[in-house]
Amino acid sequence: MGRTKTNELGLLAADYNGRPSTLCPGCGHNSISNQIQQAAFEYSLNQNMVVKMSGIGCSSKTPAYFMGRSHAFNTIHGRMPSVTTGVVLANHHLKAIGVSGDGDTGNIGFGQFKHLVRRNVPMVYIIENNGVYGLTKGQFSATADFGQKTKYAGKNELPAIDLCAEALLADCSFVARSFSGDAKQIRSLLRAAFSHRGTAVIDIISPCVTFNDADDSTKSYHWGKEHREILNELGFVQGQDDIAVDYEEGKSQDVQLHDGSWVRLKKLDDAHDPTDRASAFRVLEQARKEQVIITGLIYIDQERSTVVENARLTDTPLANLTEEQIRPSKATLDKALAELFS
Amino acid sequence: MTVVDLQQAPATQLHSGQRIVNDFSFVVATTNGTGSQTSNNTLLRALFKMGVPATGKNLFPSNIYGLPTWFYIRVNKDNYRAHRNKAEVLVTYNFDTFAEDVAALPPGGVCIYPMDAPTGKKKWNVVTPSRDDLYYYRIPVDELTAQLNPAQALKEYVANMVYVGALAYLFNIDMAQIEGALSYHFGGKAKPIEMNFGLVKLAYDWAKNNLQKIDPYWCESMPDATFNKDMMMIEGNAAAALGAVFGGVEFVAWYPITPSSSVAENLQEYLASYRHDAEGRATYAIVQAEDELAAIGMIVGAGWAGARSMTATSGPGISLMAEFTGLAYFAEVPAVIWDIQRMGPSTGLPTRTSQGDVLFTHFLGHGDTRQVVLLPANMEECFQFGWEAFDFAERLQTPVFVLSDLELGMNLHISSKFKYPDRPMDRGKVLTAEDLQKAGGQWARYRDVDGDGITYRTLPGTDHPNAAYFTRGTGHNENAGYSEKVEDWHNNLKRLAHKMNTAREILPQPVVQKSKGAKIAIVSYGSNDYAIKEALDYLKARRDISVDYLRILALPLSPKVGEFINGYDRVYVVENNEEGQMAQIMRIDFPEKAPDLRSIARCNGMPLDAEWIMAQLLEMEGK
Repeated sequence: MGRTKTNELGLLAADYNGRPSTLCPGCGHNSISNQIQQAAFEYSLNQNMVVKMSGIGCSSKTPAYFMGRSHAFNTIHGRMPSVTTGVVLANHHLKAIGVSGDGDTGNIGFGQFKHLVRRNVPMVYIIENNGVYGLTKGQFSATADFGQKTKYAGKNELPAIDLCAEALLADCSFVARSFSGDAKQIRSLLRAAFSHRGTAVIDIISPCVTFNDADDSTKSYHWGKEHREILNELGFVQGQDDIAVDYEEGKSQDVQLHDGSWVRLKKLDDAHDPTDRASAFRVLEQARKEQVIITGLIYIDQERSTVVENARLTDTPLANLTEEQIRPSKATLDKALAELFS
Repeated sequence: MTVVDLQQAPATQLHSGQRIVNDFSFVVATTNGTGSQTSNNTLLRALFKMGVPATGKNLFPSNIYGLPTWFYIRVNKDNYRAHRNKAEVLVTYNFDTFAEDVAALPPGGVCIYPMDAPTGKKKWNVVTPSRDDLYYYRIPVDELTAQLNPAQALKEYVANMVYVGALAYLFNIDMAQIEGALSYHFGGKAKPIEMNFGLVKLAYDWAKNNLQKIDPYWCESMPDATFNKDMMMIEGNAAAALGAVFGGVEFVAWYPITPSSSVAENLQEYLASYRHDAEGRATYAIVQAEDELAAIGMIVGAGWAGARSMTATSGPGISLMAEFTGLAYFAEVPAVIWDIQRMGPSTGLPTRTSQGDVLFTHFLGHGDTRQVVLLPANMEECFQFGWEAFDFAERLQTPVFVLSDLELGMNLHISSKFKYPDRPMDRGKVLTAEDLQKAGGQWARYRDVDGDGITYRTLPGTDHPNAAYFTRGTGHNENAGYSEKVEDWHNNLKRLAHKMNTAREILPQPVVQKSKGAKIAIVSYGSNDYAIKEALDYLKARRDISVDYLRILALPLSPKVGEFINGYDRVYVVENNEEGQMAQIMRIDFPEKAPDLRSIARCNGMPLDAEWIMAQLLEMEGK
């Protein structure tokens, strides 16, 4: 792609850049940041209307490294979900992109994560999952493998939490997994997620080259390359009402997103239907048993209403309402007082 | 009807001295969950309508059903409205606390109790009170209730109307006003009004026919008094909610906790009534969060995005909110947090009042943090701070805590009619796309352009390529970039301290009451106000001691507090906590006056009362 190519907004890919990354060279998170800004460029996301949200950790630092023209809120550890809930209710025209890690989501922020998903807060929720704490030097997180050994943290005695399964259990309306080494898949998932109605959780295995990249770790580059099963390939067609079928019968599935865009899934696992929750649980459980990383769109539900829709808000974002719209009249106060005992 | 048996009670002489009119307290002892609140508020409202200054105080357990609860009603012809922590007239349906309730009465007090079982569980007919210095009346609660033949499920509730009728007769409470109060309570619905007032009448008539008034306590209408003229009755939590609605609250997130839940519940109701656009769509959002961490996180998010946002909680919730309010202080995000204070430490006593969160909230957050706190003293200020808090939060770009307490929040108080906000909203320093355009896109989020420590912000969604900035709780420079530089850190904290000094001038200023020749003064805040004013009158009238009084309305302290205290030999800081928390803050802010600051503090779950304040002050004065 040429450096001078512009998108629908007349912006260059470079206009979606952030500041230089300060993460370790080779960190999986850096390639995810690159894919976020690339996908945003391809999607022609209006950066003024994007908020980048994060918690605390290596992953949560990354919003500084992409889309520098968007507001960002690097909040506190494990609390990005609640802050984002407030942000999107205050201004439902904003598109929220959250970046979290496995510790931020699976440990300290587990409750907030589950409740955000349960509320179906419209946002893209990216988990950069490497199974360890980086900034505090290598402790295990809740997604680390049972029995796993690392040089720094010793042996992990606890079972791994599967964040996609947890999202699914909380009625998540878009569950996907990817691998930071698969740039194309990440971009296609992100573009679909940008058009998704509610919470889109994308759990991306993103190796920590410093603390958790031994070949026998399921969060390593090696494992990601050798033990990855791709469920489906996503074609994303933006803002169209209809698309022509050109895949082999039974080998593809089209899902229309809430904003009219389409996701075309080329099925690589014939048996999995990503609109079937039971099927999604099945493939996750199977992957757990076989210790493979399944990637692609695991589950999608375009019917579930969002927290914003349930609030039946006025079209103008709350944050933009005028004083006249939010301060009732003196007559209204008199009426309210008249209803009190006097 | 022949059940009256005054002989069972110790014989009491008919009172022959002077009548005591509109200057005593009732206490009604029941068990919670049995519906006595309706009866108690009915009595309170009827007295209010008679023109009698009347103050209610519900002393309830942290429990759903069956534990002791007491409701105090003070009537006072001179408009003293503080709780007294004692009562002369006891009405009891609670067998379990009978002995202690009787023991608590002063000599010459009155005890009204059932001659049969109001709950069907206890054998009141074998009760023989121990004291012979009280006036006793017995009432056939079950028998009268049965005459109305209420549904079994309602029986226990309705039975409370028996004491309403008996009190109305014995103490001369206006029956028409009782009917009016019941009509208000039941929203004009004929059936419950008929049932409840029917029993009130039955009991009134029974008392009239069977009881001889022997005690000296009387209520009398005060048609010429102006105390209750143009006044209304409301609970502090409802006043707070109503204030917030007129402050344009746009986002509420909360987690249920006693005694604050009714702030959010009232908000829900008022917002549903008054805050929709022409198409019927909401100009607000309200979320019941999964915990207080999430509640405060949501309002910090909404405040950052530009919505007027608030939460309401109590002590344990404040503990959970420490992390987020520290972030909001440092990242400079507006948010309003109502703390309806209850007893701590820890879970403490959820249904008892205190002023125990003053120090904690003022310095909430790790590192050098100082939070803005508003301190309402009455219903009018609960309403006013309800809307003003948003102006202060957005002007100062910082969390604003409003410290009410259970005493204000969950009791029905007499209040003047609330005044509509007298000035337009202050949305603070927000740069729009046009502002940025004019400035050639040049701005810095944390640069003190105006010299008041308050910087400019932009809201997400601002349509300008330079609008964005990166909000963080980590060290930052003027451009909101991450910085570990010594001077960036230092400059930022210095500016924040300067902003707090600006706050001292902007926030509500103290209220001062002066008298001639006073050498000593009281400083206090919040719900102690009524008791202090009463204590000051007593000190003057009974001991000829003049005491001046300053009431603090906000933290950080106004310089006016310092100027005031410099004018006295000794200053007594009166508050409802164990450690004298405000006194400590004053010693920090005005160290040169510290030796003359004395703490009058107590924390036992009850509001402070005038007699106690006076006794403490006299003792410390050596008088």
